[in-house]
Amino acid sequence: MRNTLWETIAPNLTLLVISLAAFAAVIYALFLIGSRASVRWQGWLRYGIFLGPAVLLLLVGLIYPALRTLWMSFMDKTSENFVGFDNYLWAFTIPEIQIVLRNTILWVIFVPLVSTAIGLAIAYMTDRMKRASVIKSLIFMPMAISFVGASVIWSFVYNFEPNENKPEIGLLNAIARGVGIEPVNFLLNAPWNTFFLIAVLIWIQTGFAMVILSAAMKNVPEEVVEAAMLDGASNWRRFIRVTLPMIRGTVVVVLTTITIATLKVFDIVRTMTGGNFQTNVIANEMYAQSFRQLNYGQGSTLAVILFIGVIPIIWYNVRQLRLERTER
Amino acid sequence: MSTLTPSATRRKKAKDIFSSPLASGAAVVIAILWTIPTFSLLVTSIRPETDINSSGWWTFFTNPNISFENYEKVLFVGTGVNPPMFQYFFNSLAVTIPSVIFPITLAVFAAYALAWFEFRGRDFIFFSIFALQVVPLQLTLVPLLQLFAKGLVIGDTTLIPALGITGTYIPIWIAHTIFGLPLAIFLLHNFLRQIPRELVEAARVDGANWFTMFTKIVLPLSIPAIASFLIFQFLWVWNDLLVGLTFGAGSKSVAPMTVRLAEMVGTRGSGWEVLTAGAFVSIVVPLIVFFALQRYFVRGLLAGSVKG
Repeated sequence: MRNTLWETIAPNLTLLVISLAAFAAVIYALFLIGSRASVRWQGWLRYGIFLGPAVLLLLVGLIYPALRTLWMSFMDKTSENFVGFDNYLWAFTIPEIQIVLRNTILWVIFVPLVSTAIGLAIAYMTDRMKRASVIKSLIFMPMAISFVGASVIWSFVYNFEPNENKPEIGLLNAIARGVGIEPVNFLLNAPWNTFFLIAVLIWIQTGFAMVILSAAMKNVPEEVVEAAMLDGASNWRRFIRVTLPMIRGTVVVVLTTITIATLKVFDIVRTMTGGNFQTNVIANEMYAQSFRQLNYGQGSTLAVILFIGVIPIIWYNVRQLRLERTER
Repeated sequence: MSTLTPSATRRKKAKDIFSSPLASGAAVVIAILWTIPTFSLLVTSIRPETDINSSGWWTFFTNPNISFENYEKVLFVGTGVNPPMFQYFFNSLAVTIPSVIFPITLAVFAAYALAWFEFRGRDFIFFSIFALQVVPLQLTLVPLLQLFAKGLVIGDTTLIPALGITGTYIPIWIAHTIFGLPLAIFLLHNFLRQIPRELVEAARVDGANWFTMFTKIVLPLSIPAIASFLIFQFLWVWNDLLVGLTFGAGSKSVAPMTVRLAEMVGTRGSGWEVLTAGAFVSIVVPLIVFFALQRYFVRGLLAGSVKG
């Protein structure tokens, strides 16, 4: 077995090494040409060499495909005939897709709000705590785990044993049996199963929210906090009246970042339920339409709907960046 | 940092007076709750198969039976048409290394041009790249795949020929490079803009050209920013499922571990002993990177999301 393993790995390893060497050689050659060129030529070459590759890749690899997807969303499944808004009508009228849209909305509401709230709470609780870094590391750790890995981890936590005479090996159902509650098939029963999937992403994103918000809290001037303390403000009041308003901008950034990540999530749903039992979301249905049904029209339409979801965020971000730049 | 700044000493004082044991206790409880799921995976993966299926993982502590058979099985024994996990582990490495190096290199170049060259349309390009950061991958998947398979032909003119690279790592590398570029350029650009103008002008006066300036000044100065993005992109590529699944074109000889793991969950043919060991093999590398380089990772996150 180990020999045949090597047989598949060897050619791949060769391709890897050759590609890396080729990349390095091209870059080196470009620099050689650039730095040997006359001053006049260099003025032009520098754009081509430094800016050219990235801009070209983004044009061909992001902007052109995005526009083509938009066009495909108005075409039939093989992109041959124009169908107008038929695919959009399909997306907003077919009952199955309405469940998909409803679930996506649930994800987009709950994941950002809950993970930001918990992250905010932990950041505030640990703000003045000694040796908080271990606690923070543990809560932050899920950020390093893939969505697929997290799905395996949580499928095990949610494990359900259909045979009553066998012991529950899933943590939650074992606890349920222990306290005398009927064990639950967490991933099967709609609509609650969607919330159990949502919990997985909250588990991952809370650490992100905590780290960013914690850094923002460290920037709140000590004088302001002390003044509030001298006024006799309770912890809670100090949080609502002083800390929260001062880190408002960061809270918005965290909320929007998590929202974008949530809109695009498909790994968790695909791995844990395959989108069955009414847990499907847009990103997973988009994958199913485009790569299983091979219906490019409907798949593209779902991708465009996802994109429409992030447009307000893009607009807001660009405006913020503009404001910031003029302030400087 | 041997002496504390006045505000830091004040902070320390305030810390002593106001840290509440209740809040600390709550934080510890949350941290434990957050760790239990991952911990249970690790414990399960080192138990013998019969134990796993007949008792909960917590019984391990009263009846500690350790076995590495699960790892042996998942790493080196294939199942039917599927090669063993070791092959996918190699694929994950082979997918990740270029997918991290390529975008960082191109992004440092572009960020340098956008931060230091003066030209019309510079702001337009920068804002466009910034906006592209949040475009969902899904919006580009199908056309980009078709581009790799069929090339780009408009009318009768072939702009890009069919490359015949489907089923190799190359489409995955290119896709990851493209998707990683906007964030990389944005982060590095913010960083490079902070390099003092005088340094640039002094170098120009000394007769340094744009290329030597890059290698002598920009590259050494941007190492910390590059390190931050490196971890970022590494975690993103290693943990990715969507790109590996679609741009790997279903080829088992290039699919990364996430693809195989998702497949193992789906087929249900694999019991918990293989799933937990397989999952742990796939998360152990990012976990090591994460714990070893957490500081740089956090710095990258902060640069990307906390403005100003």
